[in-house]
Amino acid sequence: MTEAPAFSPPYLHAGANVPAIMREVALALVPGVIVYFFCFGWGVVLQCLLCMSYALAVEALLLRLLGKDVRLFLGDGSAAVTGLLFALCISPFTPWWTSLFGIAFALVCGKHLYGGLGRNPFNPAMVGYVFVLLSYPAETNRWPGPEIPNLAEYISIILRGEGSAIDAFSGASALNEMKSRLGDMQIVSEILTAPGFGHLAGRVTEWINLAFAAGGIYLILRGVIRWHIPAAVLAGMFISSAFLATLDSELHASPGFHLLAGGTMLGSFFIATDPVTSPETKNGCLLYGFLIGLLALLIRRYGAYPDGIAFAVLIANAAAPLLTRLTLPRLPGEVR
Amino acid sequence: MNRVLHDFPGGLKLPTGKELSDRLPSLLHPLPERLYLPLHQHVGHPAMPCVRVGDKVRKGQLIAGAREYVSVPVHASTSGRILTIGDYPVPHPAEFKAPCIVIEADGLDEWHDIEPSPDYAATDPADLQRVIHHCGIVGLGGAGFPTHVKLGEGFENAVELLIINGVECEPYITCDDRLIQEKADYIIAGARMIAHAVQARQCVIAIEDDMPEARQALVTALDGDDIELVAVPTRYPAGGEKQLIRTLTGRDVPVGGLPIDIGIVIQNVATAAAVYRAVTRGEPLISRYVTITGAIENPRNLQVLLGTPVRDCVEKCGHRSFSESRIILGGPMMGMQVNHPYIPIVKTTNCVLIQQRESLPPELPCIKCGRCSEVCPAGLMPQRLYHAALRDDFGQAVDRHLFECIECGLCAYVCPSRIPLVRYFRYAKTQINNKERQLQTAQDLRERFLAKQQRDRQDARSSPSAPEAAQDDKRAYLKEAISRSRSRRERIRHQHDPDEKPGDD
Ligand code: SF4
Ligand code: SF4
Repeated sequence: MTEAPAFSPPYLHAGANVPAIMREVALALVPGVIVYFFCFGWGVVLQCLLCMSYALAVEALLLRLLGKDVRLFLGDGSAAVTGLLFALCISPFTPWWTSLFGIAFALVCGKHLYGGLGRNPFNPAMVGYVFVLLSYPAETNRWPGPEIPNLAEYISIILRGEGSAIDAFSGASALNEMKSRLGDMQIVSEILTAPGFGHLAGRVTEWINLAFAAGGIYLILRGVIRWHIPAAVLAGMFISSAFLATLDSELHASPGFHLLAGGTMLGSFFIATDPVTSPETKNGCLLYGFLIGLLALLIRRYGAYPDGIAFAVLIANAAAPLLTRLTLPRLPGEVR
Repeated sequence: MNRVLHDFPGGLKLPTGKELSDRLPSLLHPLPERLYLPLHQHVGHPAMPCVRVGDKVRKGQLIAGAREYVSVPVHASTSGRILTIGDYPVPHPAEFKAPCIVIEADGLDEWHDIEPSPDYAATDPADLQRVIHHCGIVGLGGAGFPTHVKLGEGFENAVELLIINGVECEPYITCDDRLIQEKADYIIAGARMIAHAVQARQCVIAIEDDMPEARQALVTALDGDDIELVAVPTRYPAGGEKQLIRTLTGRDVPVGGLPIDIGIVIQNVATAAAVYRAVTRGEPLISRYVTITGAIENPRNLQVLLGTPVRDCVEKCGHRSFSESRIILGGPMMGMQVNHPYIPIVKTTNCVLIQQRESLPPELPCIKCGRCSEVCPAGLMPQRLYHAALRDDFGQAVDRHLFECIECGLCAYVCPSRIPLVRYFRYAKTQINNKERQLQTAQDLRERFLAKQQRDRQDARSSPSAPEAAQDDKRAYLKEAISRSRSRRERIRHQHDPDEKPGDD
């Protein structure tokens, strides 16, 4: 583009803007965060605040280094949302330096290396999360329960990291439990009677998932995201887990378990729907969502990690441009 | 009356702003002191002046003639003296000056001798087209394509359906609405004349379903069942040619083609009224309805003589402070901003919109949210076009059907990153057209030579009389023009796409 800027039509605008979209997303996360907080205590809030501040600071630094308009791009809110989503993926116990590394990696290698907002092929929050998951598996994958630390204990855990304090509190998430006990040749119906389990999935994770789903539905109703991706992720996960469960319901957890366990709802409504890294066509989005649901389930069941959403999203991100190209719509009046 | 209506892709209900100006009857704008008549108010070649400075002219007198087929003459809008012929500001986004004939009005508003045509139904359609041509009529909906050319194309091909377009979908504009309410009988009579000129089998007058008064006026004026009246759902851009055709018939104009390719001719209601005047009175196109609206004291529709400065019109509606406002010719979605108010009202000016000046919102990168694809009435993916234009990758842009974009502005209207998408698309189109022009001059010459050779051969065979030869000339021109415009896009595609094997169609 070399043309001198001129004010061109249209001279009206619907009023939508990127910061407002990001605010809506953050707002829609609130119910999930509240339930999460009730289940796991202050650590959740601390992580959210910490990661969002990290994200803003790192983003500002990067923008300054890259010579971009700091106020404009910091104001777009995308970095804050990346920080928030990252915070909701990691364990509330995560020590402060681990989350700092994660955020820095997310923004440098997940976003600005590709040219910043709108150009990144992979979801930055997931890039950061997978980075810490692989580099610090111990720190990021311990979950509080049955006893919950108080604020002071959380602060000291986050500041000091590893230590006996964590061991005193941490249990395993429902997904961890399911995975390790299945590995120990226990059967599903037996595992589900263990104390950490509720109606369908983990006693607390099912409520957290429902709260995130509520926020996601709000986003759909507000027109911020479209229904295609979440519906397809859930369908993908439901169909593949139902298939496995019909093969042998004692070896494979039920679809209900999978839909309400781990990061299913957060992933399908808030992470997979990142517009930048998902396909640009509706049919592409359906395929993409289905792929995520399917992959996430396979990774949960057969992979080395308890949850597979993050990996599934990154793999599907890589496939997104192809999915767009395969599903380009035909124009009215076009003959091929 | 119960036509099944179809849906077009995309589109959006917009806040209309029509209530500002659609209640009050139109006013006759008083005679201005001076009239600035551009020689080029239409698509095609400019007209050539046939008067000299100092000449006295009367209202309706020919002052610039059309030498080429795709061109229309210009007439004096009132009686007076030719003051100068020279370059003056014309409606153009880039403060452009172009040749204008300036008339100093003598205040008498004396008519030139004009004479009505005989009963049109008995005349040859070609004669009717000639009358329309000589009266300087162009599409008054905003595009300004010479009407006789469209009708000529129509007559050449079997016209299934004539659509008279009263679907005024742009926000704020109400001039067609008022015209229908005030001159419904002109429009109906004009529609019949156009139908005769193209020998159309069916004729539909389309309006929007939020124009009940206009509908009533048409129902009252309509005496006979030869014309069908259809109210289409209000949704921008329902009045776009392709969108309206789709709504009314469920058929799509082929990509890269014209409505006539599927046997349809489409004309604006104001054009129909102008045709009526031209045929029944011999009155050339010298005035039009213009909506003056927006941030202005008394928004109103005016009947304005062509050549009247915009400033006169907006001042009449109570506007003074030009420094704080922005003048837009046309609607807010597709209009153009002009920088000073001395520009004249021309044949294609349907609206003058005054907006408060605001600062431009910052432009962010595209976040691929897909909102633009959702609303695009052409079924395009604007974000992909944008990315191609941004990289100056014009081959990609053409491949992604840049030329199907009707510049309706909806994509930019919804874009949360505030990307001025239409600007990028215009830029890309201009670049492509320029390149093409350079590449094509040679090819064009060859084509023209071949066409002439062919004609000479035909002439030698049938040795027709002189008027028929002129007809042949016109036909050949039309065929050539149509096939040129069709093959053009194909050619660009090849030029810009090294991957495509030649002849791989
Ligand atoms: S609406 Fe704007 S930000 Fe969204 S995809 Fe289209 S161009 Fe990109
Ligand atoms: S301006 Fe062009 S690309 Fe944008 S919505 Fe209208 S037709 Fe589609």
